[in-house]
Amino acid sequence: MSEESTKGEVHVVHLYPREMSIYGDLGNTRAMVSRLTRHGYSPVLHQHHPGAPFPEQAHLVLGGGGQDSGQARVEADLEVIAPRLSELAAAGTPMLMICGMYQLFGNAFVTVEGKRLPGLGILDVTTQGNAKRMIGPVVLSTDFGDVVGYENHSGSTRLGSGQAPFGTVRSGFGNNGEDQTEGARTGNVVGTYLHGPILPANPAFADALIGYAAELATGRPFEPGTLDDAFADQARTRQVRRLVG
Amino acid sequence: MLRTSAAIAAGKLARAVARRRGGGSAMPGLVAERIDPKILGHALGGLPDGIVVVSGTNGKTTTTRMLVALLRAHGHSVFTNPTGSNFTRGVISALLGEVGLRGRPVADMAVLELDEAHALKFADAVTPTHALLLNVARDQLDRFAEIDHTAKLLAQLASRTSTGVVINRDDSFVARSADGVKTGVRVDYFGVDASIAHRLPELMEQDTRLDDDYVVPPAGAGDVLLKPRDERAFVILLGADGVGGSVGPVELKQRGLAAMINATAATAMARQLLGGSFDPVRAASALASVTAPFGRGEVIDADGAPLELVLVKNPAGFTVALSTYGSTPVRTMIAINDNYADGRDVSWLYDVSFESLRTIGVALTSGVRAYDMALRLQYDEVAVDAVEPDLAAALDRFLAARDGQPARIFCTYTAMMTLRRILAERYDLPAFGEEATS
Ligand SMILES: [Zn+2]
Repeated sequence: MSEESTKGEVHVVHLYPREMSIYGDLGNTRAMVSRLTRHGYSPVLHQHHPGAPFPEQAHLVLGGGGQDSGQARVEADLEVIAPRLSELAAAGTPMLMICGMYQLFGNAFVTVEGKRLPGLGILDVTTQGNAKRMIGPVVLSTDFGDVVGYENHSGSTRLGSGQAPFGTVRSGFGNNGEDQTEGARTGNVVGTYLHGPILPANPAFADALIGYAAELATGRPFEPGTLDDAFADQARTRQVRRLVG
Repeated sequence: MLRTSAAIAAGKLARAVARRRGGGSAMPGLVAERIDPKILGHALGGLPDGIVVVSGTNGKTTTTRMLVALLRAHGHSVFTNPTGSNFTRGVISALLGEVGLRGRPVADMAVLELDEAHALKFADAVTPTHALLLNVARDQLDRFAEIDHTAKLLAQLASRTSTGVVINRDDSFVARSADGVKTGVRVDYFGVDASIAHRLPELMEQDTRLDDDYVVPPAGAGDVLLKPRDERAFVILLGADGVGGSVGPVELKQRGLAAMINATAATAMARQLLGGSFDPVRAASALASVTAPFGRGEVIDADGAPLELVLVKNPAGFTVALSTYGSTPVRTMIAINDNYADGRDVSWLYDVSFESLRTIGVALTSGVRAYDMALRLQYDEVAVDAVEPDLAAALDRFLAARDGQPARIFCTYTAMMTLRRILAERYDLPAFGEEATS
């Protein structure tokens, strides 16, 4: 398909696919590329690896979770691309950061020993490392409807005073297991602990991000195609019913 | 010894009863172990040519079968745990079938597949002379620290082995085990030739394998390397660039890169055990004769047509299963549960590529997460004819519409147990016990 016959190119950047995409987070990228195509756009996927130049065009940025070793390997690169990411975020570029990358997008991560590791500060959240792991299936209420996923994290995250969460916990732990908040959202940047992966099973949320990206890429409002999401809807509603009745 | 004899007698009785009832394989071992907790040491301690433990996350059963075939082809009589019961009790149960009341099997060596934790339990009872360490993969996604933990278990196994270990040189988690072996213990490696090293990520989990500190060491004279010729045929190089000769070309009955790597691992261990009497020609024909093990494509005769059950439990395992069985397209069902024994997080399905199923599609998805599976397949453009979460109903539909054609079901652990129970009743099959957990 030539560019003329599609609704336009949308550049998708997957941050650190090797180091930071544990627990099926690659499925988010797969879902975005597939849905963009089915909506009639031409996705251009950039895999950003540590040390490589950041892609010139970026309309949608995705990042996932990793083990501590993976996190350590991306920190230096993240410092290099931080100004670009902040600039893109301020310009309304949709971003979805899962688990480890969500933590790195916050103000800081405080280790169990009390060491403070600074983050990008794009989201006003602070994460405290702790021994207790929060693991299990999750159901949230969000601006994008019910969202289901699976959390697996030991960091306990607190929102800054003006920071909006991504959703309210109906089943599961969320940011810290105490205040019913899950994730964080500033403009079009969303951080969340939800694996699952989150986007395939929650197409309304996926298409919201695609909508922001398409508008940014083409300068025109999002022109969605008609997608069959029957499997996703069944998968999601069954999880909601199982977990919250 | 009296106590061992009593334990064996009781165990043999329990085994006979269990057989008549079509029961599981672990119970007789439990009976014997209760009477003589040291039964393993008594029965296996004196084998003259060695006690080999095969451990790791994926490929234990296949590799063990291959190693046994290699050793038998060289004239050894080998005791093994053939049902894939990779717990110590399963080993004792297997022993009961082959020993006299004095407690010695009629064999000169033992080759035992044991999962990582049970390998150590076994080492408490009997010191292994040799250990073959295959790989470490994520098994239960719920248990975050498992990979490191599993790697440590394998390292401990290596440190408690008395004579020789063979280690996967391409798996950084396993390769570390070499550091802890006792002085004087021989260490050899198996791995893949540089020409196909780029295909390793298919079998491993990228996120955990990027240990910058680990560089695959240069191959030594004792190392054994896989060099495929095409999709089916391969040679096994003995030493770097085949300085010590080669085995093959071989074509296995099981398809896929993982099976070829298992054959390479088994060959490396056989070569270490056999030394100068290792014969590449015999080795090649032994490997070519090995059939697919139980539970990795167990074939049930269902109304006159074969039905294969394939257990899938982690991304590496599912990928291997698809490359092994998926290239012969037959009517396919996939059943995914998310109970604790299956792994509660189904995210891992997105770390598997299902593209090989595109040609024929999937007739049914089933299990608690049937719709999640269907959704996953949709994203790989694999057509799904029907979704039926109820396993019994799905099985009925799946078998009814197949017109006597062969069929295959990929299933997670608890889905397999349910399906196997239904099939056992319907087709009068022996029930199975612990073996499916391998
Ligand atoms: Zn996580």
